[in-house]
Amino acid sequence: MRNCFAACLEKYVKEQDEIVLLYADIGNRLFNKLKDLAGPRVINAGIAEANMAGMAAGMAMNGMKPFIYTITPFTTSRNFEQIKVDIAYQNLPVVIAGTGSGLGYANLGPTHHSFEDLALMRVLPNMQVVCPADVLELEALFPQILKSREPVYLRLGKKNEAVVHPEPPNLSIGKAHVLIPGERICLMSCGSMLETAKQVSVELGKQGLKVEVCSFHTVKPLDDAYLDEAYSRFDTWVTLEEHSVIGGFGSAISDWLSERLLNKDVLRFGIPDLFIDQVSGQQDAKKRAGLSVGSIVEGILAYEG
Amino acid sequence: MTITELKSLSRRLREDVLNVSHNNKISHLGSCLSCIEILVVLYWRYLRVDITDPNYPDRDQFLLSKGHAASALYAALANRGFFPREDLFTHGQTGSPFEEHPGLHSPPGVDCVSGSLGHALPISLGLAKSALLKGSKAKFAVLMGDGELNEGSIWEAAMFASTHKLHNLTAIIDVNQWQGTGRSSSVMNILPLRDKWEAFGWHALEVDGHNHNEIEDALNTGSQIKNKPTVVIANTIKGKGISFMEDDNNWHYRIPNDSELRAALDELARDESLIDA
Repeated sequence: MRNCFAACLEKYVKEQDEIVLLYADIGNRLFNKLKDLAGPRVINAGIAEANMAGMAAGMAMNGMKPFIYTITPFTTSRNFEQIKVDIAYQNLPVVIAGTGSGLGYANLGPTHHSFEDLALMRVLPNMQVVCPADVLELEALFPQILKSREPVYLRLGKKNEAVVHPEPPNLSIGKAHVLIPGERICLMSCGSMLETAKQVSVELGKQGLKVEVCSFHTVKPLDDAYLDEAYSRFDTWVTLEEHSVIGGFGSAISDWLSERLLNKDVLRFGIPDLFIDQVSGQQDAKKRAGLSVGSIVEGILAYEG
Repeated sequence: MTITELKSLSRRLREDVLNVSHNNKISHLGSCLSCIEILVVLYWRYLRVDITDPNYPDRDQFLLSKGHAASALYAALANRGFFPREDLFTHGQTGSPFEEHPGLHSPPGVDCVSGSLGHALPISLGLAKSALLKGSKAKFAVLMGDGELNEGSIWEAAMFASTHKLHNLTAIIDVNQWQGTGRSSSVMNILPLRDKWEAFGWHALEVDGHNHNEIEDALNTGSQIKNKPTVVIANTIKGKGISFMEDDNNWHYRIPNDSELRAALDELARDESLIDA
């Protein structure tokens, strides 16, 4: 997905001279073409993420459209206060792009995992939180992200993620997208879990359950219209996220219900409240977190009784 | 503008911050009083600003990184004509644009929010770098405290600014030698400052931070340097101008009572260097 991110920037950088990319000494060769297209506006900010976020705010105050980019924890938690004060409080159109989000860098250990980033970003006023599931979602949402005059947190994967959508979807920030229509149970999938959600729906189909699969590429703002409708259409909601069960997408859905004093059974699948280490890769880490297709299917069937 | 006029202005700013502190119960007097001359030189001798169009695009911009000295900034902007002086006395009231740290709804002339230390230098880098990208001639100044130099983000920014030759940027350090709870040098050893900034690739100048001419000369010298950013190390006295506040860190938080206010204002009124003004 990071290649797609670079390609999206390449597509617009020439015609929109307010675009500037700041990256924290990461992405070896990833931005070479971008540098050819817009050299001075492609800036290695060094391994100095707090300064990078503050500079992006200054550039946005000066009419630019800055993107800041590095591995997710370093551009969400490390520089959180700059994001809060300089970017979110001043409501500046900076795009905070994190790569390898969730367990994308699983084998690099907890330093490189991000399962607190959704919690950190969604708590900030003015911040939009966008988590594309695959490259097609990123391509569809990118022009809107570019146009936005408010801050956006863009939660990206790493590389070679499955392309889940059969064809380029028509998406809007803040509008959930139904991938597979169904009944009784709605699988609400956040970002990178969409492929898993699809596989879960296939497995449940074998058990006679025709569940809906919906992509929540936007965690903030949530799609009120879809949730209103889903409240009456489904008995059970299932949230899937590569993020802690505390504070992330599932929490946002629970908050949505709570704010409206509504009751609904919500099964939340995410990373449990623990650090994950000593894993060989992303699939291994997801398995440890209980986010494999098997454990999700098992959890839903156990609930169904 | 003569030196006597600059001194008179400085006295008036001191009167304003003292009165506001007393009337509106605003702390950080010591931090305000140490940077008065710096603000006067910036707003009356250095920055290209337009009080009738405070946000015009190519203007010079000033960022108060030591946001706790907001009251001094507001007094400078009021006396410069951005808004009426009497507005200062809404400071801290519900709905007032004058907050203890400059906020999003600050009065005209305030260019950036601040309050958390170590933020405005990175922001000023973003302004300066993007101005160079756009071919703008605007220049940028940022004022930090010496205690603020404890923050790591300052040194991240220091490296970037020299690497990118941000010659349109001037950082000013108000070295009043105190931070919140102690002598700056005993809390974190930040000395030697000039050598440190030079080692980081900046053009460093040291001045008496209460001498208008020295401050102005340093800012003008900095503007002539074309391949690196400039830092002006301004040696100041916390609480400057009021004998019983000078170099007494209690006035970081303390607010003058009736008799202290009277004594302070009397002392300013007796300033011998201004008798003929």
